[in-house]
Amino acid sequence: MDFLRPASWEEALAAKAEHPTAVPIAGGTDVMVEINFDHRRPEYLLDLNRIELLSEWEVGEENVRLGASVPYTRIMENLRAELPGLALASHTVASPQIRNRGGVGGNLGTASPAGDAHPALLAAGAEVEVESVRGSRFIPIDAFYTGVKRNALEPDELIKTVHIKKADGPQQYSKVGTRNAMVIAVCAFGLALHPETRTVRTGIGSAAPTPIRAKEAEAFLNAALEEGGFWDNGKIITPSIAKQFADLCSGAANPIDDVRGTAKYRRHAVGIMARRQLGWVWEQYRGTGRTLEGAA
Amino acid sequence: MRVNFTVNGRPQEADDVWEGESLLYVLRERMGLPGSKNACEQGECGSCTVRLDGVPVCSCLVAAGQVEGRDVVTVEGLAEYAKERTEHGSCGTGACGTPLDAAKKWQAKPTQDSQTGEGVELSPIQQAFIDAGAVQCGFCTPGLLIAADELLERQSDPSDQDIREALSGNLCRCTGYEKILDAVRLAAARQGEAV
Repeated sequence: MDFLRPASWEEALAAKAEHPTAVPIAGGTDVMVEINFDHRRPEYLLDLNRIELLSEWEVGEENVRLGASVPYTRIMENLRAELPGLALASHTVASPQIRNRGGVGGNLGTASPAGDAHPALLAAGAEVEVESVRGSRFIPIDAFYTGVKRNALEPDELIKTVHIKKADGPQQYSKVGTRNAMVIAVCAFGLALHPETRTVRTGIGSAAPTPIRAKEAEAFLNAALEEGGFWDNGKIITPSIAKQFADLCSGAANPIDDVRGTAKYRRHAVGIMARRQLGWVWEQYRGTGRTLEGAA
Repeated sequence: MRVNFTVNGRPQEADDVWEGESLLYVLRERMGLPGSKNACEQGECGSCTVRLDGVPVCSCLVAAGQVEGRDVVTVEGLAEYAKERTEHGSCGTGACGTPLDAAKKWQAKPTQDSQTGEGVELSPIQQAFIDAGAVQCGFCTPGLLIAADELLERQSDPSDQDIREALSGNLCRCTGYEKILDAVRLAAARQGEAV
């Protein structure tokens, strides 16, 4: 094994181009587990800790530009107003020790269907900026996950920045597990209201081969909210609409039975989370002057 | 490969480090500092918690090569670290910290009383763990001490919820959690009195 320690982003790209099999390591919370358990013996480890730009973020007009290695702790502390869904999701990641090291870039690189950030990114809307010596490109979050632990990265590319839409309405996130800390999601759900475009977006985690959106449920809810004039009159969403939305979210899930839960349970829980979150975000939307910050 | 980094305030060098090795392995097996415990090796249990540039992390998940030029504090250096913090805010001279030899030899010697902590140089959180009876088998204790000390550094009067959250990444299989919470409350109260 060789340990590559690039001092700059350009050096990192050059190293990745020269050694496409090199495994990038930042927080190490996934990679080191695999090495410790001898599940993986990469030829090269590519340490990204010394590259400062990966730990920086910037709040722009429409987007937050989040460096791939910004630890979850920083997201929780600093971006709760701009990225309420992701801040809530970050707070559910493992433990303080893990949140101090891990970041969204690692979640995307590993692309596990159980990664905590994915439903929040899908619901908020995001693009992943990846780069290689050949140049950079933006991958829409919807096209990023290509299979179980597979993503759209080319072998010579590294994840640089995640461009996430700033919240223009309430967002929620929840996750099912046996306790609050140190839990790999049995399943997870994220929901974002986008009042500016009068749309809703969803994200489902750990209940399909990849993180997914419940697009049919979104389309149904968009139409129902429009038809009922809900965005303008701010009325309580009728239980029948909420139920139909929850059922469609359940239906969008394509889970499996495994050690953490059964497919039947996961499908059921996704529906419950969808219905509850719709209630929460809509209450927040109706109540003027309420904060957009997630309550952790 | 060779790794140069600061351990408990003193510059150290580790040689012949395997590229896939964890910081925990370097500390325990190469530097002779077995205070940080090796249990799950997957970041679940917090027994190996150390401060990396001041931040609590699981040392089993930090690749040794990643600590080049960085600053690590282990439980062996906690007493000195806490003392420096109280007296000077932080170490400005570079002359403080715990020498490797002293850290290696750190133990409750027969002339000292490990039951009461008398005669042993302890940080306030260590003394509180003893006084509250928060140590059973002791395996989770070093990680808990590092995590709890960092909490009290950033929050002088933590709520029970703050304490639970700060310690949520540290497992105690003796399930002595209530006494551990008592110890952190005790240390916080003593810290409050001292101000």
